Amino acid sequence: MTDFLQMGGYAPYVWSAYGITLVVLLLNIWSARRARIQSLARAAETAGEERPRRRPTVRQVQ
Amino acid sequence: MNRVGARQAVSSRTRPVLSGLMPSLPVWFHRWGSPPHVYRLADRLRPWLGWIAALLIAGGAFAGLVLAPPDYLQGDSFRIIYVHVPSAYLGMMAYVLMAAAAAVGFVWRIKLGHAVAVSAAPIGASFTFLALVTGGIWGKPTWGTYWEWGDARLMFELILLFLFLGYLALRAAFDDQDKADRVSAILAVVGVINVPIIHYSVEWWSTLHQGPTISKLDSPSITMDMLAPLLVMIVGFTLCFAWLVLNRLQGQIVERERDARWLRQLVTERTR
Repeated sequence: MTDFLQMGGYAPYVWSAYGITLVVLLLNIWSARRARIQSLARAAETAGEERPRRRPTVRQVQ
Repeated sequence: MNRVGARQAVSSRTRPVLSGLMPSLPVWFHRWGSPPHVYRLADRLRPWLGWIAALLIAGGAFAGLVLAPPDYLQGDSFRIIYVHVPSAYLGMMAYVLMAAAAAVGFVWRIKLGHAVAVSAAPIGASFTFLALVTGGIWGKPTWGTYWEWGDARLMFELILLFLFLGYLALRAAFDDQDKADRVSAILAVVGVINVPIIHYSVEWWSTLHQGPTISKLDSPSITMDMLAPLLVMIVGFTLCFAWLVLNRLQGQIVERERDARWLRQLVTERTR
């Protein structure tokens, strides 16, 4: 087990690389989920409101 | 002339001029451009992608750290390859996806294209950052330095990170979303030239970064027990990337379709 943790003398390099990877992956997962859920929550606030459909912008032909 | 009539008049006039530049699209392509269709598809795919990605990454990390034998030259430090290569690969794939989606949005005015591009950008930036950091950590014991300004691969990878950040910064500079979509799409498409340059940089300028490990299919420079965990990690990271993009894409669709009836229905059903 200690052999495994020492990584043949490269422990600081190997474990920091894997640690940073884990942190970045978890941050990605957290922020991607949050982006989805917060958008839904914001949409839920306005979903009940009576709003006119956005009109498409059409350029008139001369 | 009513509004719809005016629009048809415009399209029938411009069509002959543009038809050479703008090939017409098959029907399935339009289905993929439909926000409600893609939103529901993402809902169904997300759990599968997430769990399979988690299993593959956990299994690949175990195999890479425990089962794979140490390298004859680099010892155990080579194990960084199992996080470094998938991150670098996905940073580049994220850019290609972003540029292709932005191009689709720009050329055919498919809103979903821009939504995909915006979703891929921050994820691509984070994977590129990860590739640079894990590469630096790997470089210290093998090259004797964390960073070398003269190395082509390192420079172009850094430019890739700046392209992602530039894309996001450029978007943030516009209040009008349509304008942000169109202007940032140009940056995304022009910058895609950087991706093949990164890929071939180790062959064109051989400085510090080692040559390709697995892309030489006829004679890979890695044995099977070292290669298998790497392939597992690459597939796992790719599925994880897909999961991340789908989450952000659903958020983007909700933001962009806020006034659409299907979305208001969906949101009220969810909260009930």
